[in-house]
Amino acid sequence: MSKNKSEYLINRHDNQYEVVIGLEVHAQVTSESKLFSTSATKFGAEPNTQVSLVDAAFPGMLPVINEYCVKQAIKTGIGLKAKINNRSVFDRKNYFYADLPQGYQISQFKDPIVGEGKVILDMPDGQKEVGIERLHLEQDAGKSIHDLDPKNTFVDLNRSGVALMEIVSKPDLRSPDEVNAYIKKLRSIMRYLGTCDGNMQEGSLRADVNVSVRKKGSKEFGTRCEIKNVNSIKFMQMAIEYEANRQVDLIEDGQTIDQETRLFDTKKNETRSMRSKEDAHDYRYFPDPDLLPLEVSDDFIENLKSEIPELPDEKKKRFIEKFKLSPYEANILVSDIETSNYFENVIKKSDVKLATNWIIGELFAALNEKNLEITESPISAGNLSKLINLIKDGTISGKIAKTVFEQMMEGDKDPQKIVEEKGLKQESDPKALEALIDKVIDDNRDKATEYKSGKVKLFGFFVGQVMKVSGGKANPQLVNEILKKKL
Amino acid sequence: MSDITKQSLSELVENIKSKKLSSSEVTKAFVERSEKSKELNAYITEDYANALNKAKKFDEKPNLDLKLPGIPMAVKDLFCTRDLRTTAGSKILNNFVPTYESTVTQNIWNEGAILMGKLNCDEFAMGSSNETSFFGNVQNPIDKNLVPGGSSGGSSSAVAAQLTPITIGTDTGGSIRQPASFTGTVGLKPTYGSCSRYGIVAFASSLDQAGPMAQNVKDCALLQEVISTYDEKDSTSIDFKRNNYSKELTKDIKGKKIGIPKEYRVDGMPKEIEDLWKKGIEYVKDCGADIIDISLPHTNYALPTYYIVAPAEASSNLARYDGVKYGFRAEGENLIDMYEKTRSEGFGAEVQRRIMIGTYVLSSGYYDAYYLKAQKVRKLIKNDFDEAYKKVDAILTPSTPSSAFKIGEKTNDPVSMYLNDIFTVPVNLAGLPGISIPAGHDAKGYPLGLQIIGKAFDEQNILNIAYAMEEKINFKNNINDWWIK
Repeated sequence: MSKNKSEYLINRHDNQYEVVIGLEVHAQVTSESKLFSTSATKFGAEPNTQVSLVDAAFPGMLPVINEYCVKQAIKTGIGLKAKINNRSVFDRKNYFYADLPQGYQISQFKDPIVGEGKVILDMPDGQKEVGIERLHLEQDAGKSIHDLDPKNTFVDLNRSGVALMEIVSKPDLRSPDEVNAYIKKLRSIMRYLGTCDGNMQEGSLRADVNVSVRKKGSKEFGTRCEIKNVNSIKFMQMAIEYEANRQVDLIEDGQTIDQETRLFDTKKNETRSMRSKEDAHDYRYFPDPDLLPLEVSDDFIENLKSEIPELPDEKKKRFIEKFKLSPYEANILVSDIETSNYFENVIKKSDVKLATNWIIGELFAALNEKNLEITESPISAGNLSKLINLIKDGTISGKIAKTVFEQMMEGDKDPQKIVEEKGLKQESDPKALEALIDKVIDDNRDKATEYKSGKVKLFGFFVGQVMKVSGGKANPQLVNEILKKKL
Repeated sequence: MSDITKQSLSELVENIKSKKLSSSEVTKAFVERSEKSKELNAYITEDYANALNKAKKFDEKPNLDLKLPGIPMAVKDLFCTRDLRTTAGSKILNNFVPTYESTVTQNIWNEGAILMGKLNCDEFAMGSSNETSFFGNVQNPIDKNLVPGGSSGGSSSAVAAQLTPITIGTDTGGSIRQPASFTGTVGLKPTYGSCSRYGIVAFASSLDQAGPMAQNVKDCALLQEVISTYDEKDSTSIDFKRNNYSKELTKDIKGKKIGIPKEYRVDGMPKEIEDLWKKGIEYVKDCGADIIDISLPHTNYALPTYYIVAPAEASSNLARYDGVKYGFRAEGENLIDMYEKTRSEGFGAEVQRRIMIGTYVLSSGYYDAYYLKAQKVRKLIKNDFDEAYKKVDAILTPSTPSSAFKIGEKTNDPVSMYLNDIFTVPVNLAGLPGISIPAGHDAKGYPLGLQIIGKAFDEQNILNIAYAMEEKINFKNNINDWWIK
């Protein structure tokens, strides 16, 4: 495997292969109720407690579109800089399964609600645009539980009918790293919009991954395989690596690749054939006669546009221009809306440069260590802002600030109080410092003599001694100045 | 009063309102007659004891301002009724008891009517003779061993035999109008979107429509007034201004322009039907309306179009009957085996035939040639009517190409059975209202019906025309109660 810049290529003998990846992301719409019924959608409820007669497909029950879900899909489309279609059609995708009560899934086949759009990725060697093919609304199925009983399968219909957005990318992705960046960006945009919580553990975001390989420089696409329903970025990356190498091996071996649907076995780290193209379901799509075509007016779309918050790309631009952040810093701070909100709250009353460093450095490291999200941070934005101001006005040194910070992490305490209670205030009185320094020089006469005879390296030793004696509270800048004079 | 069951709905309402009759008396009379009429096999599920109790309760505290005060009524077993078994004429729903009520029946009970039981019908409303019902065929009260039409055959038989003062059916391709025609009764298929489909077991969603089946036009108008409401629970329900059809009913149709479509003169149509149609034209003229020749050029394609669209939708609508959640289940080795056994044993032959046709026309490689083309033709058929309605206010045709046939006569010839719907299916494909009224008898003395097709949402107009013609025709059903020993 060669890494030329961030290019991801697979080498076999004299051949270099490029990997072509397209994703079909299934994102659960953030909504109190389901796509065509009024049942609740709360995660983790007791099985079959959030099921209406419509969700369970009782005779004579009819779907009624949930306007809120439509708005969420349109907002997502706007966030993807995509074309919003004034007219879209719900189709039935027919197949039999125990957790599909209607015997069909209501989806959008020919006329999706959202058309072409794009997502910008920030990769180490620059930006990359990934095309969005379409976004459509569809129902989720229920859940079959096979491992509770040796003979029977249990079915939980809580998820049956929950609204999903299927977001289909163009085959523009070229490496597992790009897939990682794409999913994270998509997730970030939807979280900014409040249209999908992006929680992969709860299954709110999962993807089918289409993988093909071709010789580097080739314009033709190879035959693709679709890896179904992968529910973490790590697994997606592992599946792609495995699958791409499998395909390259086949080609190098003179064999052809069968277009098929595969499953990723997370335990064995391999993909396995699920069904071939010949065995593919005939879903018999046709427009759902229970639902009229979905018509949305330009006014309706414009109104939603006015509700769209500043999105990561725009926010990043503003952070760079207004706050003079580096693109790297801006990227990190806008990556999710909670972080950017936290940052903007901190800098309301404190220095931007210091705040940036403290958030990206100390705070992230500390949160990481405790496995906490920014929203769970023990240190509020207000108190971090106070800490930064204490550094900025010279009340405490950077070093002391770290001690204060550690204590703040134990519980959201006011840094001012910590400094007062523990007597950590920086000593900046020149007279007091002179006295300290005199004593240190006195105690180390021999070293002072060596310094004067040219061993200037010993200056650092004296600074260290002074700091030690002061319990770290001496203002380092003043210590330097006075020491120079005295020595 | 001994002749309670001979009274029309309007008479019964009047007699209850004026306290000449109690709901209990009326209900008891219809229950007793129903009990004596088991040979007709009009009922799938009887709920007489409950009906009598409800009637008693009504009488204790009668609300006489309602439109159907204490009126007993049996309904087609395609309407889901809370706590009363609803089978759709199928084994697969043999033991299904809904926990909910269809909007149409709820509207009826809200106006004071009382449920007597569920009426027989073709399985999932697929049939034109009521012979596909899992619960056996229904006798036409006109003559022994004569089909009552279908799919609302239990309904037509029950109204004609006066086992219920009035009833409701559903009409996907003629299932109200054809049985009305076969039994000498009146049946209205409203505009698509007029009556809510919520809680009606679905056959073909884009065609299904509930409607009244009655002894006369006035009764029919009254029930239509009750059942037609806008319903948010049905996305295809249409919010339009609905008339007080019975109050606004008038025989004054002077100057109305009635279209006669030449394409309805089909090959091999019995002379009796042709003569009936001519008579109908004379009646309309007598009422002061004008006759105008029109053309509906795509009429020939209506039947094949219908037999693609309806089975396609049915194949998908019936996928939910899989033995997993409710209804009949045959145990199997595994999931697929269970599906196959459940659906093979649970569905009858005609339903299976239509599921197979529907699955075929939707399958990849055939979709464009069948389903998509059928949708295009459907649009052309609708355009035909739109064009015609630029010139006329309503259209007059025969209801069926023949009178009622014998039980068993067409069961082995599905195509000849399907041909029964030739005059009724275009109306469903175009989503228009159509009414069948009895207009005469054939040589055997069996009733024949005429159909009046209206513009969308123009039920009042076709009811008025039917009302005017009814007086001129002065039809009398020859029913001698042959089944009562």
